[in-house]
Amino acid sequence: MLADFAQFTASGLTRGAIYALVGMGFAIIYNASNIINFAQGEFVMLGGMLTAFLFTTTGLLPIWLAVPVAIAAATIAGVAFYRLAIEPAQRAGLATLIIITIGGSVLLRGIVEVTLGKREFVFPAFSGESNVQVLGASIASQSLWVLGTLAIVAALLWWFFEKTLFGKAMRATAQSPLAAQLVGIETRHVLLVSFALAAALGALGGVLTTPITLTRYDIGIMLGLKGFAATMLGGLGNPFGALAGGLVLGLVEAFTGGYVSSGYQDAIAFLLILTVLMVRPGGLFGRVAMDRV
Amino acid sequence: MSAVPLLQVQDLSSSYGRIRVLSTVSLEIGRGELVALVGSNGAGKTTLLRCLSGVQPIDGGTIRFGGHDINHLRASERVALGIAQVPEGRLVFPQLTIEDNLLLGGYGRNRATVSAGFTRAYAMFPILAERRRQLAGTLSGGQQQMLALGRALMSAPKLLLLDEPSMGLAPVVVERIFDIIDELRASGTTILLVEQNANAALALADRGYVIETGRIVLAGDGLDLLEDRRVQEAYLGV
Repeated sequence: MLADFAQFTASGLTRGAIYALVGMGFAIIYNASNIINFAQGEFVMLGGMLTAFLFTTTGLLPIWLAVPVAIAAATIAGVAFYRLAIEPAQRAGLATLIIITIGGSVLLRGIVEVTLGKREFVFPAFSGESNVQVLGASIASQSLWVLGTLAIVAALLWWFFEKTLFGKAMRATAQSPLAAQLVGIETRHVLLVSFALAAALGALGGVLTTPITLTRYDIGIMLGLKGFAATMLGGLGNPFGALAGGLVLGLVEAFTGGYVSSGYQDAIAFLLILTVLMVRPGGLFGRVAMDRV
Repeated sequence: MSAVPLLQVQDLSSSYGRIRVLSTVSLEIGRGELVALVGSNGAGKTTLLRCLSGVQPIDGGTIRFGGHDINHLRASERVALGIAQVPEGRLVFPQLTIEDNLLLGGYGRNRATVSAGFTRAYAMFPILAERRRQLAGTLSGGQQQMLALGRALMSAPKLLLLDEPSMGLAPVVVERIFDIIDELRASGTTILLVEQNANAALALADRGYVIETGRIVLAGDGLDLLEDRRVQEAYLGV
């Protein structure tokens, strides 16, 4: 009984961690630009696929080097995506930009499909296939890597946004882009850094979970959707809301899968989101837009 | 040093889409001057300030700052040169603390400038020092205006652009804001003051311009404009 509960909790948190990483990426970009970046899931795919390619397929790099190289490459892809596709179209209006991100996701997926193929890729868990026993549940060591990394990343992001000048400038840009420009913040740089950060977070998520879930050229579609759902649930425009939203979403899925039926887990998760959004349109931790005159 | 005015605007035009908002506007501001720009709602005052700050594209004309053409400079580069603006509606960063709002006002400045800026802002507005850890969104309108002013001053600007600093504030607060503007002028800051409150603005200013549907229609000393029949009829309700 307790063992089941612990087991579902662990698997829900692990699953939720990836939604959280993707969701934070959505929130960071939305904050800086009001753009919903539907290419977000593709960076998860890129992180996992590139690591697998560099380590498993070709053996070019040891795993401890393949991981940072893959994340760096995905980050560069994120920056390139911003510079080549978003920045030139900046004046085109929000709807156009969002459609461009959908185009970008199709392109990234297509490139990987053509170059690396359609099969599934994997690489071994970082600490081997060992399990840890907690409260009767058997937790894969990779899950601990996922959760530990998520905790560190969340702490680093908090520090970045709360304590550094550039992090504060990014928040200021989200709150009032015009005022940010007027105090001399280069808002282009803020956008560039948001795309880089979001891509890096996604790629990190892909790297961490690939040993558990495997990866394929098209996993970005579903993960992007789940990450977006996590952001909506937590409150669009709040990275830490997205973090909580992701974990909640993962837990709901795991408990539904465990106690009800795995066939219903997605349906119940999305039902939960719909309900939350009907009761609190701003999300669990979002703030309703309010102007003081 | 030289007789070159700090700011020279020549034949400036700007539009929103197809609607021309400024047509061939020319004006000058000398070093240390307080110049008022008055006009009714929609006359183009805010647009002019946005053009000067580089956040609104221009169709034609030139803007010279300290004798140099700054047309091609980005907003951040103009701030670096010494042009700061207190925007209409204040636009403080509501979810940041007062301290962080001020800190960002000194974005890109060196440590010494920023620390001098803090000292000055807190001396000028003790209420901001008291509440430095509070979120800016929790301040009253008048306090937010003080914060917006303090934020703009953090960059130690050579030219301060003030857009409707009295808007929506209680009369006693308006008086305080105008006192502060007077003090800033006395301390040597060059100021372009945009106001609907033409009476107060012209009474305070060295010189003034009257703008109507995107054109400068009158220019002169502040007090002369204040007594001008046309200005009185149009803006002072006399």
